[in-house]
Amino acid sequence: MIEVRNITNRYGHLTAIDRVTFRVDKGEVLAFLGPNGAGKTTTMRILTSFIPATEGTAQVAGFDCAEQPEEVKKRIGYLPETPPVYQELTVSEYLSFVGRLRGLSGADLTTGMDRVMERLSLGSVRQRLIANLSRGYRQRVGLAQALIHDPPVLILDEPTVGLDPKQIIEIRELIKSLAGSHAVILSTHILPEATAVCQRVVIISGGRMVAEDTPDQLSARLRRSEKISVTLKAPPANILERFREVAGVEHVLTTPDPQTVLLECALGRDIREEVARFTVGQNWGLLEMKPVSMTLEDVFLKLTQREDGLPKTDDTAETERH
Amino acid sequence: MPPVQAIIAKELRSYFVSPIVYVVGGVFLLTFGFLAYLYIVFTGAQAIQLMQMQGGTAQINLNDLVFRNLFASMRFVLLLILPILTMRLLAEERKLRTFELLMTAPVRVVEIIVGKFISVYLVFIGMLLLTTLVPLTLALFSDFDWYPVLTGYLGMMLLGGFFLAVGLFASSITENQIVAAFTSFGLLLMCWLLAGLGSLLGDTPAGHVVSYLSFMEHFDHLVRGLVDTKDLVYYVSGTVFMLFLAHRVVDSSRWK
Repeated sequence: MIEVRNITNRYGHLTAIDRVTFRVDKGEVLAFLGPNGAGKTTTMRILTSFIPATEGTAQVAGFDCAEQPEEVKKRIGYLPETPPVYQELTVSEYLSFVGRLRGLSGADLTTGMDRVMERLSLGSVRQRLIANLSRGYRQRVGLAQALIHDPPVLILDEPTVGLDPKQIIEIRELIKSLAGSHAVILSTHILPEATAVCQRVVIISGGRMVAEDTPDQLSARLRRSEKISVTLKAPPANILERFREVAGVEHVLTTPDPQTVLLECALGRDIREEVARFTVGQNWGLLEMKPVSMTLEDVFLKLTQREDGLPKTDDTAETERH
Repeated sequence: MPPVQAIIAKELRSYFVSPIVYVVGGVFLLTFGFLAYLYIVFTGAQAIQLMQMQGGTAQINLNDLVFRNLFASMRFVLLLILPILTMRLLAEERKLRTFELLMTAPVRVVEIIVGKFISVYLVFIGMLLLTTLVPLTLALFSDFDWYPVLTGYLGMMLLGGFFLAVGLFASSITENQIVAAFTSFGLLLMCWLLAGLGSLLGDTPAGHVVSYLSFMEHFDHLVRGLVDTKDLVYYVSGTVFMLFLAHRVVDSSRWK
């Protein structure tokens, strides 16, 4: 459904995105992950034919975004970063305007409006002026606008910004339910969101694609060592040195919790048995032991920071999930 | 419903739920009414003077004394008022990021420009229609020639269309409504002052060209009841040209 090949976009001397390539098939949800200013919005604007790429080609449903913008625009639903709502209209006036702009009329328009209002639970505010709605409702109106013509391709720029946790879950469920029949691209800088709703993640930083994979494989790929976390009832003062005695342990790391340490060993090696035997032998009171896999958040930090040449921060990343 | 109609309906709705139309329309009608009152009272005073001097019934020409003056004054009022109507048309869309919605919908730029222009033009026509109460009331008590009044209204419609197109262009180049309004004031004032430059240059080819470019003379012809193709061409081509410029600006915003 979406095919992007080597698109580059320059504003004067500034290169906003540099040779970005990816594809999204029908039924797939792709997350675009990156810090602010990474080029997510620029890429989305190229896909919606809002701006052209300086180089490279982007295609939506087989139509070129620069050559056949009319055809592309008919097939996408787009939620920009700021929900594009008219404050002076009521929710139903606004949706009817967007529907007609999108070529809907008569019964199609009515069913389209009813469908999105039900999906996004906007029924209770349909006669309210958008100016009087909360940020969360406006965001939902923005989403409704993108869905009203039931487009095969959805492009959502940070769809859950400004929503409360309950609404975020609802919107994620909605996106997941749309996935079957649509191709969806969403951008986010919130990592759990990418893991929660997407089959594939593209990490973009400084305009360049740093990685593209499934959320699981991304974390696996980046793991260069196995880590286990050990919690003890009565850890000795020199616990860091003591654990080095165990065969296979390469590094011992502290965590904010004084009772818990992280043990690092070579990739593919399982030292849990040795550690258990050793700890029990020392009578330290083993409370908990578990393997630690990297969260997407760590992957994200690692990949994007390596780009900037910043030092890696392995030490505490595992214990802090945002 | 084609997109143009959807845009017109939405713009009209936006105008009438915001206070802009009521304030601008109110000021316009008040000014029109007040100016008409002044000219009528003034004409009345002149008539009494004439009667005292000539003794009998004096011939008072309402067309010359009231309507010509009234329409001539309205040029300036329109110049001040219409940019306020047009300033929000595109600048607000940019400011509130709804511009992206329009540009990513399957709508052509020309449809956006034409839809916006027609909607503000309809608002303006509505305002003009309300002013016809003045000649209609006057017709109950006096005799005057309707023809130059109608061509005067035609002149106002053409002049207004041109002003609105200039305003729409000014609104396309910025996201700040104040800047848009002042840009159209500036452009229209320059266009007005061209008449002065034209008379300074006198009866030279350059003088004729410059005078032609100013909207002053063309309007005067219409107010006097002279419908000349040259004047119609001036206004229509000027309006289309300004809309074309607005189209170029909006279209090129994709390439920046």
